[in-house]
Amino acid sequence: MILHELIDFEILRVIWWALLGVLLIGFALTDGFDMGVGALLPFVARTDVERRIAINTVGPVWEGNQVWFILGGGAIFAAWPPLYAVSFSGFYLAMFVVLAALILRPVAFKYRSKRDSARWREGWDWALFVGGAVPALLFGVAVGNVLLGVPFHLTDNLFPMYDGAFHTKFLGLLRPFALLAGVVSLAMLLMHGAAWLSLKAEAPVAERARRYGTWAGIVAAAGYALAGLWLAVGIDGFQFAGEVVRDGPSNPLHSEVVRGGSWLSAYAERPWIVVAPVMGFAGIALAVLGLRAGREVSTLLWSKMGILGIISSVGLTMFPFILPSTVDPDSSLTVWDSSSSHLTLFVMLVMTVIFMPLILAYTAWVYKVLWGKVTEADVTGSGHSY
Amino acid sequence: MELDVVELSRLQFAMTAMYHFLFVPLTLGLSVLVAIMETVYVMTNRPIWRQMTKFWGTLFGINFVLGVATGITMEFQFGMNWSYYSHYVGDIFGAPLAVEGLMAFFLEATFVGLFFFGWDKLSKVGHLTVTWLVAIGSNLSALWILIANGWMQNPVGAVFNPDTMRMEMTSFFDVVFNEVAQAKFVHTVSAGYVTAAVFVMGVSAWYMLKGRHMELARRSITVASSFGLAAALSVVVLGDESGYSATHTQKMKLAAMEGMWETHEAPAPFTAVGFPDTEARETHYKVEVPWVMGLIGTRSLTQEIPGINELVAESREKIRDGILAYDALMTIRDARGDAPDAVRAEFERNSDDLGYAFLLKQYVDDPREATDAQIAKAAEDTIPGVGPLFWAFRIMVGLGFGFIAVMAYFFVQTSFRGMRYPRPALWLAVIIIPAPWIAAELGWFVAEYGRQPWTVDGVLPTALSASHLSVADLAITLAGFVTFYTVLFVIEMGLMLKYIRRGPAEDVEETEAWMARHEHRLRTHDGNLPGATPAE
Repeated sequence: MILHELIDFEILRVIWWALLGVLLIGFALTDGFDMGVGALLPFVARTDVERRIAINTVGPVWEGNQVWFILGGGAIFAAWPPLYAVSFSGFYLAMFVVLAALILRPVAFKYRSKRDSARWREGWDWALFVGGAVPALLFGVAVGNVLLGVPFHLTDNLFPMYDGAFHTKFLGLLRPFALLAGVVSLAMLLMHGAAWLSLKAEAPVAERARRYGTWAGIVAAAGYALAGLWLAVGIDGFQFAGEVVRDGPSNPLHSEVVRGGSWLSAYAERPWIVVAPVMGFAGIALAVLGLRAGREVSTLLWSKMGILGIISSVGLTMFPFILPSTVDPDSSLTVWDSSSSHLTLFVMLVMTVIFMPLILAYTAWVYKVLWGKVTEADVTGSGHSY
Repeated sequence: MELDVVELSRLQFAMTAMYHFLFVPLTLGLSVLVAIMETVYVMTNRPIWRQMTKFWGTLFGINFVLGVATGITMEFQFGMNWSYYSHYVGDIFGAPLAVEGLMAFFLEATFVGLFFFGWDKLSKVGHLTVTWLVAIGSNLSALWILIANGWMQNPVGAVFNPDTMRMEMTSFFDVVFNEVAQAKFVHTVSAGYVTAAVFVMGVSAWYMLKGRHMELARRSITVASSFGLAAALSVVVLGDESGYSATHTQKMKLAAMEGMWETHEAPAPFTAVGFPDTEARETHYKVEVPWVMGLIGTRSLTQEIPGINELVAESREKIRDGILAYDALMTIRDARGDAPDAVRAEFERNSDDLGYAFLLKQYVDDPREATDAQIAKAAEDTIPGVGPLFWAFRIMVGLGFGFIAVMAYFFVQTSFRGMRYPRPALWLAVIIIPAPWIAAELGWFVAEYGRQPWTVDGVLPTALSASHLSVADLAITLAGFVTFYTVLFVIEMGLMLKYIRRGPAEDVEETEAWMARHEHRLRTHDGNLPGATPAE
């Protein structure tokens, strides 16, 4: 098969780097509001009916939304196997916590209203809160750690090894900068959840959501600005030393990397990427204004733009680095040396080009069918709600 | 055996995978059964069929959500617990997993919400389409997962690339149309259909025994017994296809399943019962059926099926070739892309057996320094646990024939005996509800335990596949999964039983009114009220 030679290896790698971003952003935009609603649940909804309204705004769509996460995992495995291998085993216990939270959440959605007992429902409300807040926080912590670099190295046979015992490995993730990134991520998704509730729920749930969402947006923007400042003055970046081969075999040990300089030097080399943080700030600002003014559809769209800007700014700033190593910079995973083979990237691209438009089309159709606010009558009247 | 990281990782994988597969077969089968019921509703417009769709749909939902939730673990634990495996074969193995998400899982998960929430928002045909899309999505999902698993059993369409130190795909077509994967797919979905049929029949039989929801129960048994009979027949026939493909792809697994130590003159007999003894390398008290094994395995009377001892001797030779490949690989690795062509040619010659050299890693750091005794020991390691495989396989097959018998009986009663079911038969249907789950778990046990000591047959040993973790890491997650999954299981069973006891709760008045209007027409000549004929 030589069909795959139609697209250069180098270009395929950049495309798959971009698709990785698309999947993460797709996850944050869709499952993000589920997590935000879960984390806001105890605050914006007080009675059982109010909680059911909030839950039913995401009830019919969370299953589809969650697939962005699963597909993200599968796509990292297929297109960036070393990243999949190194990051998930390196963040082992953190991953376990995220998995537990993400398993708890669907079960809570589905089972909460299946028994008519206050204690049963309160228990599941807690599960929804934890299932929303914990992953939202930890995903940010993970991104913060990626920017800081992770203490792993690859042996000559490319076996990934980690420094530190298990407990230091888990607690070691909770570094101040990483925690700040976690706060940004949590606040951003709270804002997104609030924007969703403002669109899909009625007062008083929607009104409370707008109030909390405003504050979450302000925290997200402030934290994001602070993180940028911190990157500028307090955190080393990573750079290639010597020649960079962009279409060579995927073996991180074939290239030389040094730690030093600043991640933000990327803005001098590729000034156009400043569009990402600008979108981040502008999106949040407009979403906050929209929440204050009670605008619905546009607020959700601005919130999406803010999230798109923030997540893509991380990727664009680090390019071509994906997962830098602090203890052995040469082991760092980059776009040029940790992808799948030329053929696999091509085959997966063909699959994505065929199925992604279909997915977007039928997902849009489902949201259209479900268009409109969830009312009290919806949750008390019919047997089809959670 | 002392539990090290590899053993604990295996335990965790086995536990989470088998737990996941408690929910998957019912999802596979019940999605199709519910879609069939709704099709009847849309075609006949009789409210009882909508009631059935909603009732079985509710049970489907309770089960589905745990299948989805525990599937998340499956997608991520390759990277968490098997990082060298993930690096080594991700180029091939990751692709079907990603395609599963793109093609199948998105479909079923996006539409399953509308299945529950869309009754008042969609037209009848629109809702039916949604239901079918959920069923198709679930089944396609199984296809891609089994393509991934099939590749672990029979790694086609890939070669080792010494520059990246991993396996890389050479043909996506070969990976997808891997004969093992295709045989496994049809076998597994049929098993799912049998599971759902047994479940629907068992629950309905219980209603009949209690004299409740007779209309729903009779119709459900009608659908379940015909669907179940077809499925039970195909699960056995297609399982035989799996066995046939194992004869030329996984000879060791087949020999171990059969407790066949020596190569028998063709055609080999099938050992119906026996007691395999690994120490003595013999199967005691054998009851043999002449010719049958040769016929199943080779579909000929002249081809031999190699026994375990012969295969171990072959492994010894492969280990020696593997060491040559390993030696060349080390030269290529250290030259970082500048290795002489002669060394690369030497590597290519033996690269198919590279994995066999890795078997030595348990005994010696550098396989090139292995002694003859170590090589012999590593060759012995290629024998999986014969006793457990032998019995697991026989119990699974026994259950499979049992399902055919039960389904055939109910099918005959339904179609030709006026839907009269004696009470003992109804009790039997209730009692056998857990049986398909036992058969399915045993089937996976045979497939995965029988592949040991490899994660990818002949390519990568299990002992080398695990992540760099500590026993403490594994202890925490294992304890976490056991506790968490146990609680979820108790909750799930509690809800299932609650909703089964409650029975159909929706559209009750409408259905009863329709029943009352049509009672006269549905009454048979002898004055009984059997509900309806299968075709109504």
